[in-house]
Amino acid sequence: MDDKEEKHSKEENAMSRRYFLEIVGGGAVLTAAVGSAVVIGQYLSPNVLREPALRFKAGLIENFSADSITLDKEQKVFIVRGKEGYFYAMSAVCTHLGCIANWKPEDGVVACPCHGSKFNKEGNVVDGPAPRSLPRFSVTLDEQGQLVVDKSVIVGEDVILKV
Amino acid sequence: MKNALDRIVRSQVWRSIFRHGLPDSNRSRAETVFYNFFLHLHPTKVRKRSIKFTYTWGLGGMSFGLFIVLVVTGALLMLYYRPSVPQAYWDMKDLQFVVSSGTFLRNMHRWAAHAMVALVFLHMLRVFYTGSYKPPKEFNWVIGVVLFVVTILLSYTGYLLPWDQLSFWGISVGTNMIHAMPFGVGDKIAFLLLGGNIVGENALVRFYVLHCFVIPVVAIVLMAIHFWRVRKDGGV
Repeated sequence: MDDKEEKHSKEENAMSRRYFLEIVGGGAVLTAAVGSAVVIGQYLSPNVLREPALRFKAGLIENFSADSITLDKEQKVFIVRGKEGYFYAMSAVCTHLGCIANWKPEDGVVACPCHGSKFNKEGNVVDGPAPRSLPRFSVTLDEQGQLVVDKSVIVGEDVILKV
Repeated sequence: MKNALDRIVRSQVWRSIFRHGLPDSNRSRAETVFYNFFLHLHPTKVRKRSIKFTYTWGLGGMSFGLFIVLVVTGALLMLYYRPSVPQAYWDMKDLQFVVSSGTFLRNMHRWAAHAMVALVFLHMLRVFYTGSYKPPKEFNWVIGVVLFVVTILLSYTGYLLPWDQLSFWGISVGTNMIHAMPFGVGDKIAFLLLGGNIVGENALVRFYVLHCFVIPVVAIVLMAIHFWRVRKDGGV
């Protein structure tokens, strides 16, 4: 390889000043854009939610008669007390599109007013577009005899509170 | 009197605004269109058949007219409406029963909104049936489709603002649909849109900002491009 040829190939491989500045400038703009997007994304996601607590006191057990189903409107939860006296808590939020379903004693079903889904007392779908049965929440008893429902803990149908 | 009028017309201020007389040649007519900001969107020449009313039915123009009505009535409604949970519903009721012409403005905003959705849809149908989505107007069809979605979003975000039962459950159901998107994407979008897990204070403010600022700005920018392209492609 003679001297001239070597010099030529060196020039071809070397990054031009313009290209270098384009990379640096473009990179800076891109970094700023991605950074801004991330910061705005974080800003849009609230850190503190002033929403009703997921764990709440539903009332004293004496207030619920046997074989009853009571809707807590504020918390959107049914407190069900069976014939034998046991308790379970069931979501009142329809699994279709989130309307509040109501207990209809005359038909013996939990019915959603929005799109006609129906559930039985156990929360299983009997009619309508709802894709899943109503979830059950954990129920415990505190020292004062108050039912404590925790909506963040979803339990199976076999979990009931015997009193 | 005539003298005074003459002096106004010949003043420097007047002549700085009205710079030319009426154009009297083809060349000066074309120049008038070129150099006027509001007219420059127009093509300098238009085919006779494309301004026939029964070709376009003026649907796009009427949609734009309704948008103007909505901006004006909306801006006036904003003066009495506060987007917060304790006040929103009562401010809406105040507009109906206490504010002079409040019911009229609110109803006008509502009916114009309904009409705009209908007319934009009919405009889309017309464009389809006259084959006006074909090249070279393909790009403008794409913008038009986005504008249709923007119109629907404007209508939907406005739906929450009265903060009554219909609004609340309408938005609850609508945002619950977003949860159906897979891989947790829907859950994240719904959370950001509502600013929480429930339709509450945050959701109301977010929908208000989207309805009164973000989406209208997007709509205005897209409309400007849409109209400019219509004219560059030889329409009116």
